[in-house]
Amino acid sequence: MAHAAAHDTHDDHGHTPGFFTRWFLSTNHKDIGTLYILFAIMAGLVGGALSGLIRAELMEPGIQIFREGSWLAQIKIAGSPLIEPSKQGYNVVVTAHALIMIFFMVMPAMIGGFGNWFVPIMIGAPDMAFPRMNNISFWLLVAAWVLLVTSMFVDGGPGKGFGGGWTLYPPLSTSGHPGPAMDCAILSVHLAGASSILGAINFITTIFNMRAPGMTLHRMPLFVWSVLVTVFLLLLSLPVLAGAITMLLTDRNFHTHFFDAAGGGDPVMYQHLFWFFGHPEVYILILPGFGIISHIVSTFSKKPVFGYLAMAYAMVAIGFIGFVVWAHHMYTVGMSIQLRAYFVAATMVIAVPTGVKVFSWIATMWGGSIDFKVPMLWAIGFIFLFTVGGVTGVVLANAGIDYSLHDTYYVVAHFHYVLSLGAVFAIFAGFYYWFEKMWGVKYREWLGALHFWVTFIGVNLIFFPQHFLGLQGMPRRYIDYPEGFATWNKVSTIGYEITAVGVLIFLLVLIDAMVFRRKAEANPWGEGATTLEWTLSSPPPFHQFSELPVIKPDVH
Amino acid sequence: MSQNEPSDPNRRRNTRLALICAGTFFGMVGAAFAAVPLYQAFCQATGFGGTVRRAEAAPTETLGKTVVVRFDANVRDLPWSFEASQIQQTVKIGETKLAFFRVTNHADHPITARAVYNVVPEQAGAYFEKLQCFCFSDQTIAAGATVDMPVLYFVEPGYAKDINTKGKPEITLSYTFYPATDVATQPPPANGKAAS
Repeated sequence: MAHAAAHDTHDDHGHTPGFFTRWFLSTNHKDIGTLYILFAIMAGLVGGALSGLIRAELMEPGIQIFREGSWLAQIKIAGSPLIEPSKQGYNVVVTAHALIMIFFMVMPAMIGGFGNWFVPIMIGAPDMAFPRMNNISFWLLVAAWVLLVTSMFVDGGPGKGFGGGWTLYPPLSTSGHPGPAMDCAILSVHLAGASSILGAINFITTIFNMRAPGMTLHRMPLFVWSVLVTVFLLLLSLPVLAGAITMLLTDRNFHTHFFDAAGGGDPVMYQHLFWFFGHPEVYILILPGFGIISHIVSTFSKKPVFGYLAMAYAMVAIGFIGFVVWAHHMYTVGMSIQLRAYFVAATMVIAVPTGVKVFSWIATMWGGSIDFKVPMLWAIGFIFLFTVGGVTGVVLANAGIDYSLHDTYYVVAHFHYVLSLGAVFAIFAGFYYWFEKMWGVKYREWLGALHFWVTFIGVNLIFFPQHFLGLQGMPRRYIDYPEGFATWNKVSTIGYEITAVGVLIFLLVLIDAMVFRRKAEANPWGEGATTLEWTLSSPPPFHQFSELPVIKPDVH
Repeated sequence: MSQNEPSDPNRRRNTRLALICAGTFFGMVGAAFAAVPLYQAFCQATGFGGTVRRAEAAPTETLGKTVVVRFDANVRDLPWSFEASQIQQTVKIGETKLAFFRVTNHADHPITARAVYNVVPEQAGAYFEKLQCFCFSDQTIAAGATVDMPVLYFVEPGYAKDINTKGKPEITLSYTFYPATDVATQPPPANGKAAS
C-alpha cells in the first residue's frame, strides 16, 4: 500500500485523477473524508425524515399516519406501500431511525468525515497509514447501508421490516422476527462494524506512527486525541457487538440457543454483551465532538485551550470508565442491590471527567476575546445542550429513579440531548468551522447563524417537553398514548417542524455556497486558529506537506 | 507521501501495529464468545441470575419463617405434556421439601429431553438448592408413558438474611423441557459443574 501511495508522489503538481478514479477508487484521505460527509448528510436526511414520521404520528392521540388510508399508505412503490401503514411499520421506522442516525450519520460524519479529513493534517502526516483500507472502510459502509434499507422492505415476520429497536434484544430479534428483514439488519450491522474496525486500525496506526517530527503525543491537537480515544473504544467494543449479533444470527438460523432460555441460553446475557458495546458506543458518538468543540472554543476565544492535558486525559478517563458501567442500561433486569449500587456509583464517576471538560471549555472562554461566528454559536449551543443532557444522565444513573423512568420519554429526552443535540451540534460546529477548508468556498454568515437559531429553538422544543412526558410515565416506542399526554406531544411535534425548517436552511447554506463560490481564505479565523490545517491553502493541495512540518513545544 | 519515501522499516512498523490491532479485534470477538460458558459457569457458581444450585446435604438449621414456592412447567418443541402436580407449597426456610412434576410423552416413540430451570426473584437463586432433581440428567420417556418426577429442594437460611431476598414471600421455580438431541454437542447446562 505504501508503494502505491509513494507512486502518487509524481502526480503532485495540481494533477488530480479523473472523476471515477478520484471518487470511486479514492485513496486520498481528504476525498474519502468528503465522501463520508456527503454520505452522512444523505443518511441524516433519511433518518431525519423517519423521525418526522414518528413525530407526525405522535402529534395527536390515536393512530393517524400508520394506518390504512393515511397519506403514508398512499406512497406506494410497485403497488405496495413504501412503509407499512401499521403498528409494525411504526416500530420499523423507530428502529431504522436509530440505526441510521448512529451507524450511518453520526459515526461517518465524526470519525469517517472529520477524522479522515483532519487527523492526518493535524499531525502533519501526508495521508492515512493504509489509504486503500480507508477506501474499503467507506464502501463497506455503503454496502451496510444498502442492506439496512433492504431490511426495511422485506418480510420481517410480524410485517415488513424489523421493528425490535436498535438494541436488537432477543427474543423479539430471534423468534419474534423470523423473516429475512432481521438477517439483513444483522448483516448490515456486521458490515458497518467491519467498516468501523478497519477505520479504527487505520487511525491507530496513523496517529501512532505517522506524526510529524516534534509532534509528541502531548502536543497533539485535542481533536486527534479525541479520535484516538474513540477508535480505541471502537476496537475494544465493536467485536463484542459482532460476537453478540453473530450469536443472534446462529440462534435464528442454525438452531443454537445462546439467548434462548428454553434451550439453556439466557436472553439477559445478550443485554450484557450488547451494552458492553452499547455504552462505549455512546462515547464513540460524542468524544470526537468533544475534540471539535475544544478547537472551536479556543479559536473563537483567541486563547489556547484551558487545561490541555486535563482535557486529553479526561477523554481517556471517560473511555476507560465507559467500559465498566454498561449495566446501568439494564437496572430493571433484576440485578442484586449490590450490583446496582456499583453501577450507580461507577456511572456517576463519569460526571467527573465530563465536568472537567465542560468547566475547561468555560474557562477557555473566560476572559477571552470571544467572536460569535457561526461555529462558535454551535459550540456554545453544544456545551449548553450537552450539559442539560448530562444532568438528566446523572438523574437516570440512580437505579432507584431509573426503575420508574426506564424506557420512558425521559430517557428519550436524555439521550437526544446528549446525542441528537450534543453530537449533531458538534458536527454542525465542525462543519462550519472547517467549511472553507474542506470545500474551498465560504458560506453566508447570516444564513449559518439563522440555521443555528432555528435549529436551537426547534430541537429544544422537541426534546424538552419529553422530559415532562417521561416523568408523567409515557413509555417510549409506543405508537399511541392517552389523552393526558397530548399537549406536550403536540409541542414536541411543532418543535420538529421548526427543526425541519432549520434543515432546509442548512440545505440553502450549501446551495448558496455552491452557487456563489466565494473564494475561501487559508485561515479565515485569524490568530486563534493554531492547528496545522490552517497553515495549508483552502482547500488543501491534493497531497499536503511536501515538506514535513516541524512542531515546536508551545503549539497545541 | 511526498518526499518522505515510505521506507521499509516504516511499512513494517505500520503493518505490525495493524496486526496488533487485528489481533485485539479477534481477541475481543473470542472474549464475547467465551462470555457464554463463563457467564453460565459464573451463574451456576454464584446463583447469579436465578440459577438454582445443586446441594449435597440438607441444611442443619430451620427457621420459623415460611416462603411460598410456586411451580411452573413448560415444554418446547416436544410432543409432551408437563405440569406441576402442585401449584405451590409453603415451606419453612431451611426445611427440605418434595415436589412432583408429571410428564406424559404423547409421541409413538421414546424421546429424550432435558430440562432447564430458573427461579424468580433472581437473587433467590443463591439460596434455592436442590438435593435431587429430574433436571440433573437427561430424561428418556417411553412412547405414551406418564412419569412422575420428584424434586427435593430447600431454601437456605441465608434467604432470610440477604438484603436482596429477605421479606420476599414468594419464589417461583420454573422448568422447561426441550429435546436433548439438537444440543447434544453442548454439555448439559446443569450437570457437573455446580456439583463439584
